[in-house]
Amino acid sequence: MTTTSQEVERAKQRSQVNQARLLGLVSRVRELGLLIVLLLIVLTVSVQAPRFLSIDNFEQILLSVAILAIVAVGETLVVLTRNVDLSVGSIVGFTAFVTAYFFKQLPGSNLLLGILLGCALGLVLGMVNGLIVSFGRVPAIVATLGTLYAYRGLVFIVSSNTTSQINASDVPSSYLALATTQIFGIPALILIAAVIAVIVGYFLHASQAGRQLYSVGSNPEAANMIGIRRDWLVFAAFAASGLLCGLAGVLWGARFATVDSTNATGLELAVIAAVVVGGVNIFGGSGTILGVMLGAIVLGTLQNALNILNVSQFWLQALYGAAILGAVVLDALITRWVQRTILSRRKKA
Amino acid sequence: MKRLKSFLTSWEALLVLLLALGIGIGSVLSPYFLSGFNFYALTSNIMEIAIMALPMTLIIIAGEIDLSVASLLGLTSVVLGLLWQSGHPMWLAIGVALLVGLVAGCLNGLLVTKLALPSLVVTIGTLALYRGLAYVVLGDQAVSSFPTAFTNLGFGTIPGTELPWSGLIFAILVVIFVMVLHFSRLGRQLYAMGNNKEAARFSGINVGRVKLMLFILSGLIAALAGVIFTARFSSARPDNAVGFELYVVTVVLLGGVNIFGGRGSLLGVVLAIFIVAVLQNVFSLLNISGDIQSLAIGLLLILSVLGPNIARRIQVVIAHRRLAMGSSKQV
Amino acid sequence: MTNPPEPIVELIGIAKQFGGVQALRGVDFRLFPGEVHALVGENGAGKSTLVKILAGIHRPDSGTVKVGGEVVELRSPTQAQALGIAVVQQEPMLFPDLDVAENVFMGRHPRDRFGRVNWKRMYREVDQLLASLDVSLSSRTPVQGLSVAEQQLVEIAKALSIKARVLVLDEPTAALSSHEVDELFAIVKQLRERGVAILFVSHRLEEVFTIADRLTVFRDGTHIITAPVSQMNTEEIIKHMVGRELSNLFPKGEAEIGEVVLEVKQLTRPGVFADVNFQLRRGEILGLAGLVGAGRTEVARVLFGIDRAESGEIWLKGKKVRIRSPQQAMEYGIAYVPEDRHQQGLVMNFSIASNVTLAILQQVSRLGLLDPRRERKIASAYSSQLNVRSAGVEQLVNALSGGNQQKVVLGKWLATNPSVLILDEPTRGIDVGAKAEVHRIISELAARGLAIILISSELPEVLAMADRVIVLHEGSVTGTFARSEATQERVMFAATGQER
Repeated sequence: MTTTSQEVERAKQRSQVNQARLLGLVSRVRELGLLIVLLLIVLTVSVQAPRFLSIDNFEQILLSVAILAIVAVGETLVVLTRNVDLSVGSIVGFTAFVTAYFFKQLPGSNLLLGILLGCALGLVLGMVNGLIVSFGRVPAIVATLGTLYAYRGLVFIVSSNTTSQINASDVPSSYLALATTQIFGIPALILIAAVIAVIVGYFLHASQAGRQLYSVGSNPEAANMIGIRRDWLVFAAFAASGLLCGLAGVLWGARFATVDSTNATGLELAVIAAVVVGGVNIFGGSGTILGVMLGAIVLGTLQNALNILNVSQFWLQALYGAAILGAVVLDALITRWVQRTILSRRKKA
Repeated sequence: MKRLKSFLTSWEALLVLLLALGIGIGSVLSPYFLSGFNFYALTSNIMEIAIMALPMTLIIIAGEIDLSVASLLGLTSVVLGLLWQSGHPMWLAIGVALLVGLVAGCLNGLLVTKLALPSLVVTIGTLALYRGLAYVVLGDQAVSSFPTAFTNLGFGTIPGTELPWSGLIFAILVVIFVMVLHFSRLGRQLYAMGNNKEAARFSGINVGRVKLMLFILSGLIAALAGVIFTARFSSARPDNAVGFELYVVTVVLLGGVNIFGGRGSLLGVVLAIFIVAVLQNVFSLLNISGDIQSLAIGLLLILSVLGPNIARRIQVVIAHRRLAMGSSKQV
Repeated sequence: MTNPPEPIVELIGIAKQFGGVQALRGVDFRLFPGEVHALVGENGAGKSTLVKILAGIHRPDSGTVKVGGEVVELRSPTQAQALGIAVVQQEPMLFPDLDVAENVFMGRHPRDRFGRVNWKRMYREVDQLLASLDVSLSSRTPVQGLSVAEQQLVEIAKALSIKARVLVLDEPTAALSSHEVDELFAIVKQLRERGVAILFVSHRLEEVFTIADRLTVFRDGTHIITAPVSQMNTEEIIKHMVGRELSNLFPKGEAEIGEVVLEVKQLTRPGVFADVNFQLRRGEILGLAGLVGAGRTEVARVLFGIDRAESGEIWLKGKKVRIRSPQQAMEYGIAYVPEDRHQQGLVMNFSIASNVTLAILQQVSRLGLLDPRRERKIASAYSSQLNVRSAGVEQLVNALSGGNQQKVVLGKWLATNPSVLILDEPTRGIDVGAKAEVHRIISELAARGLAIILISSELPEVLAMADRVIVLHEGSVTGTFARSEATQERVMFAATGQER
């Protein structure tokens, strides 16, 4: 009967569109949710401490997470491919030290040269990670755990053979200015982080290679089957992560008054927190730079809020942990709910 | 089993060689190396990591991981210190600390088994949470006055020997864990789960319950390590043992345990523990900063997986070449 | 005057072996553009091997492959695709986190003149593609939420977008409802009109008659016959499919059939199977026949506590029971030898002994500690009883042949001393000699008083071994036959849902 099959057709179309909308919404829920959480924090805190709600303060927050955000962008590239980079803290510490030392020893040298040196070092360290994982076939957890130690050891060796500590007075002011300059009234650090986020985010969205990164993490075998060069993509992701860590290290050295061999120890925890809270799936295949930026900002805002409310900073790490757990549990529950809804809808249809 | 045994033996054989090498180098480099006091220094330093490496081995073999152990050590240490400082008897403080470890491990286990969350992410989260709670409990203070009877437990030795009490505890635990992993029903179940979770389930093994128990055990042992650590340094601080978890995992992987589960032995892990201890010791005898050994440890870890991979690839290439030559000979 | 059309794909003398089992023996095969060609045959006939060779996943041991008239070596899936061969496997290989459009275009995204991904064009083109197939799917839908049917459609859209000349569908309708099958067939007809050559592998003969132009029958890795569908009828096809001598199978021994051990009443799992009823007696072998996807394994999984039924009752030895886990099932005396011995039956890195004792660890341990001597004793006992050929019970099972592996799994479950033994495709992927042995063993077990459910897609096996046969089709019982009544044709008819 034509009428019933037409009705069935229309019902199918409706359910189809609804399903698409439901799932599309769910994937954007993360960014919306983070914005809501941000708003909630801002609201509840500014009620108790009005100075929270000032541009100055907001700038402070962004400044405090700018460097973390840069590293988190690199980590996102790696996690998207179903890997992880635990060595980011060591790479940042290494490049921070080397760059600061470079400027200390050769104070007259070109600023750009120093910056490039730091980035190049980061790139090389990242490429080593990539080689070990992609071509050495060592699981990323093991490989980057090893380089976390190895790179940190290298910094110690370098620092014990040169100088144990580099102070702000040791380096040219042009270098330190990187961290304090403002362009159009906005701190350069924030701008750099924003530009990087936009570039990488755009790359992930608009380039073939970026889309292939997602495919590698979503279904590595299927990606292999259609001829995607998985090994090179993973290698490139680690290299890019290293490069960004290098840049972050350069900026770290400019921002923090003292640079020694223990810099950025434990940074990987905050980075992974930002990435997980930002909605990137730890198994790869999904997640956005926007989400990660929001994740970093939420964490930075939490820290700032603690400060302003005179709550001891000691709650911060516990909050990081709770945020990670909360994000992961929420994701699991939402996925379950979505799957159940889809299945029950299909049964009715 | 024979083939598996022979493979394991070859990795352990390598570890024995490395250990012997390390001891050899140590005794050549320093006259103090083989002294009793040095033995004491060598072992006591590594005991907390060693103890935590035991349940970690079981967890990794079963296909999971627990990165929250060091944070738990810090948390239980702090709880112990706080209770002692506020006037409670030592046995109560220790008991509550152990209980905290048990409960925290249970939380880990529930999140992994009931909500089917990946243990890597869960324990990174609890790593931060438990460490954070340690800071909340004690802030930036430290509790440092402990009864001598207690601290003797940490850095004292068994009378008449150079073996620290913690070493004895470790030895007892090793015996128990070896019995469990290599000789008991539970151990067989762990290997089955780590190799093939589905087949284990189809064989009537309650995978969820076993994993929950493993995490609880890990928490309990971490708490024990916390007690020992506090006693040894006579100090309960929130930042006790920061970063230790990676050391524990490194030692387990170095011992030949496969990160994906299903393979490995405690013999290898114990050897790896002593290799790392010797390394630490040799470096300190040479007055090299203990952190430079990070480089060595990192390299060892990578090579422990990379080495066999490369060896296997070479084998495959050789086999292919032989086949090609063989077939061309037939022509 | 028109020339006779050139085949778009030609296979000549293709042979392929897998570890001792000859999957294909020198088959010839031709596929022409603009035809729907059905490939039928039982399990193990060689159909999926052929498909995998076309897909570039396996390389033939010998023989020639020609595509578009030229000899080629299909070295990889990428190469096969480049030659215009698109294969839709039974399990679609898609990217769950991405949307339909990206799945269609992954690796070949349409780009603008700056090299950037042109999303608008991609969505538009995929929407057009889907519309041209009369499919009401939106290109923006995330693949994660799609049903199997919809995922297949995405794969087909993918094939179209690479302008495939050959489309291979491997058991596409196994998981589809009849409405979805109609939709699929409409698309297939369209593609045929466009000149695409379609290879349609299927068990379901009624579908073959609906959609196919020609059909080929494979049996035991050999090409039996190719003919226009219009010239054949169901009986003939079935005869070609199963026409082997039954005499080389082990004759079933006599067993005394006793009281009812297991009773299943109105067991239902919505969407999987409905209203399943049967009784099982001591010493009886109950054959559960049907096509892949009919729901037989699903029933077994419920009986073994892996899945839960939504309604219905299970009675064991006169008592109603609730089976909530494999452990519980084992306590009730139920044993399940699973379909997939690699994924579910064995721990491949374990020895024979460790595998045999895996379900009875309590029995081989004292105070929680394993007794290796007892383990070896029990393993050796079952190993020799089942005639497992190995270098000893300490040998790893991944070194054994398929047949011996299967015997190890059997031994494992026999060691639990069950009263009900469920065997799911127990002779799949093992050679003829081992098959006969396994049948002998099953026969003996029944004689000893075990109640056995034998799930099998191999008709001769079911007919030779079973005292009674129950046939499932799409989750419902479509036929019950006593041993004397069961014939291959009757069972096949019930399995394909035909009315008689």
